[in-house]
Amino acid sequence: MKLTVNGTDYEVDADPEMPLLWVLRDILNIKGPKFGCGVAACGSCTVLIDGFPVRSCSQAVADTEGAITTIEGLEHNGNLHPVQEAWMRHAVPQCGYCQSGQILAAVALLDETPDPTDEDIDNAMTNLCRCGTYPMIKAAIKDAAKAQGA
Amino acid sequence: MSKLGKITRRSFLGFAALAAGGVAIGYYFYQKPHANPLDARKAEGDAVFNPYVTISKEGEITIITPRAEMGQGTQTTLAALVAEELEVSLDQIKVEHGPASAAYYNSAMFMEGGPFAAFDTSLLAESARETMGVAAKFLGVQVTGGSSAMIDAFQKMREAGAAARTILVQAAAAQWDVAPEGLKAENGVITNPQSGESVSYAEVAATAAELTPPSDIKLKSPRDWKLLGKSQPRVELREKVTGAPIYGIDVELPEMLYATVRMSPRFGANVKTHDPAPALQIRGVEKVIPLSSRYGHGLAVIATNTWAAFKGADAIKVVWEEAEYPADTEGMRRRFMAALNQDASFSLGGSGDPKGVLSQTPEDRHLEVTYEVPFLAHATMEPMNATAQWRGETLEIWCPNQTPTMVRHVCASHFGIGGENIIVNTTHLGGGFGRRLEVDYALYAAIVAKETDGRPVKVTWTREEDTRHDAYRPMAVARYRGALTEQGNLSAVDVDVAVPPLFKKVVGRLFPDVPLAGPDKLLLEGAYDQPTTIENRRYAAHEVDLPIPIGFWRSVGNSYNGFFHESFIDEAAHKAGKDPLAFRLTMMNDEEHAPAKGVLRKVAEISEWGSPLSEGKGRGIAHTISFGTWVAQVVQVDVSDGYLTIEKVWCVADPGIVLDPANFKAQLISGAIFGLSQALGQEITFSNGEVEQSNFYDFDAMRMHQTPAFHIELLENSPHMGGAGEPGTPPAPAALANAIFAATGKRIRTMPLSKEIDFT
Ligand code: FES
Ligand code: FES
Repeated sequence: MKLTVNGTDYEVDADPEMPLLWVLRDILNIKGPKFGCGVAACGSCTVLIDGFPVRSCSQAVADTEGAITTIEGLEHNGNLHPVQEAWMRHAVPQCGYCQSGQILAAVALLDETPDPTDEDIDNAMTNLCRCGTYPMIKAAIKDAAKAQGA
Repeated sequence: MSKLGKITRRSFLGFAALAAGGVAIGYYFYQKPHANPLDARKAEGDAVFNPYVTISKEGEITIITPRAEMGQGTQTTLAALVAEELEVSLDQIKVEHGPASAAYYNSAMFMEGGPFAAFDTSLLAESARETMGVAAKFLGVQVTGGSSAMIDAFQKMREAGAAARTILVQAAAAQWDVAPEGLKAENGVITNPQSGESVSYAEVAATAAELTPPSDIKLKSPRDWKLLGKSQPRVELREKVTGAPIYGIDVELPEMLYATVRMSPRFGANVKTHDPAPALQIRGVEKVIPLSSRYGHGLAVIATNTWAAFKGADAIKVVWEEAEYPADTEGMRRRFMAALNQDASFSLGGSGDPKGVLSQTPEDRHLEVTYEVPFLAHATMEPMNATAQWRGETLEIWCPNQTPTMVRHVCASHFGIGGENIIVNTTHLGGGFGRRLEVDYALYAAIVAKETDGRPVKVTWTREEDTRHDAYRPMAVARYRGALTEQGNLSAVDVDVAVPPLFKKVVGRLFPDVPLAGPDKLLLEGAYDQPTTIENRRYAAHEVDLPIPIGFWRSVGNSYNGFFHESFIDEAAHKAGKDPLAFRLTMMNDEEHAPAKGVLRKVAEISEWGSPLSEGKGRGIAHTISFGTWVAQVVQVDVSDGYLTIEKVWCVADPGIVLDPANFKAQLISGAIFGLSQALGQEITFSNGEVEQSNFYDFDAMRMHQTPAFHIELLENSPHMGGAGEPGTPPAPAALANAIFAATGKRIRTMPLSKEIDFT
């Protein structure tokens, strides 16, 4: 099977049923996407496929088509993505475990809706954060929207 | 030994009981410092100053922050304690958890182990604290919990920084042949203002490390602090926004295998029969092995990747033995009710004659209510995991844990080897909340690694295993009785709480041979130790015998007693026809309770307590002092569309000293969300002897769309320092229940509140 992750092409030999998450983590050693639940209920495994947020724990690798972006692929020429910058400014992460997923969900939201309302944020940001960083996430998204010129 | 023995063994049960009961130690050993664990692992040319500071040959300054970073920001503030006195900035240093070592014992957590209110400064309370502190050193338990890291480190880590700086300056002075007093240290550079010469720490580190620091270290005045008292960017922030592989689950080693566990869903029960064949047919599965330890019995599947291990575990056909406890929650509840109606196991903090007053008070001025909370899982975002490798007789473990010395202790006793043969590496933790004070995951990995011929193996639990094999926040049932005077003040309160013995269960797992006796204050904390001037009061615990594993869940006993106690005070206020804020204030004195009054008044001010609200809205108030920090919260809810929305939370805390305001506020928000999450639907229930919940779809927590707006203020009036990580949790569910009453007239006394009201 062929996969394109963060602009690099890989040839993967794995059980076709293996979720994309485990192919990324255990076979390609890309550890940004995290395992939280395995049943699409928490979002810590979120990756972007052609820009859309996908819960990679519930997507068989054989069914995956399109360019995959993980948190590792957000940096550009050593510069953080504006959403990551906003996350830094607002000191969003606590334990940090959910944050790769949160950041990618926010990137997808801002691509679609450059100037989101509170309601847009509530609707799009469904990932679980057990540390309760939601108020900081919300503030960082609004700040990132501003920084990106919304 | 005499003091230790008398106070701890006879009068109460605490961590110190371990030292008193388990080991006889002389004064000599107390005086002797623990060995510096950094000496053993230092690289050629490293200058090791003390257990907290090293400077490498290349000039890299490393600060060891021996408390587990699980999201609470402990590493940053601990590093700031050292850096402040060392005179370096936080971007000049590297921060590490460091090795497992008794040298990093936590005395603050032990000191508050006695049955005394945080504001109790009586001779007995103070000498108990001192005794516990001594015991802590004997035990040498390196542990992160009890919101104690800063209290423990405040003196010793600033001293470590100051000691290192002092000898660095001395070394520079010797080099220039001048007096050290005239030199200046700043940003890792020592200058001589007279001559204009300067030298970096790195250049004099090797000679400095040979010097002995003076015994009378003078610390900076808080007025001169550059880092402390100000919000600092977290040292690990960039790693956490770039998805860096810093967690236990990310550990990757050469030749590593992967595994998972499938433990008996009935606690204590064994495997009756099992057929591994279907598992062994799965591509990637290598082995199915039995796994038995003090934590339970089951099977482990070793594979070439995590997914294969998960699939394999699922495929094994297994029949489990029956459980030796009531099969369902209803049966368990009967045990709680029975315990409640039997004689109390012990009581704490009582005074006067509440039963007498109650019997003399007319019925219409009586209150009698029963509250109940369920078992709860910790549900850390990162499921339990650990990686282990045996090299001959040496065991190395990598895992996210809150107590590396307990990882070592439990593995050493399981395998009958010396602790010196076990290396523990603590990674970042994807959440702890008390779950990682247990060390089952580490022991399992060590057992599995016995089967991999020297190869490392990472054992990752599924979310289902994690949810169904926790050390749960215990279920608890409480009966509160109160009597009001004609003026509408509480003249008596009589409290009975039925809960399994928490401290005994946790410590019993760690030290099965240590006899434990005496009152377990964790059953009553959050009730008996609260600021009150009620004259007649009794707080009694009824220990429930139930072999379900229970443990420390963010704020421990305060997590249930905070809800009971503050709900009850609210009920009493309404019965007396009084404002719940004013009612609380009249039951506190102006001396030792002053900080409580301070946070209550402030939270009333910022929430505009008492101002009119539109139809369908209501506010509730609650206060709990826990882990030394006074916290008052007001919650505002709206039910106008038929669903309950938590609109806003105002929170004022007084921890005495705030070392990092932004981080402290973040912890209060986090703690409150953790507390509110349980109200939204969390419960662990049983049927067929097994936990019924298994994943986030049936054990969820607050999500973005349910999250209220927060307004947090910090005060610094308390005479003692308090913690940050847990005190935000206890008052939140009570303030919420009280707000629901204000909005709807409906009093909910059972958690989760969602059983009786629909949340958005
Ligand atoms: S791990 Fe994929 S949604 Fe939770
Ligand atoms: S930061 Fe810990 S789970 Fe979100």
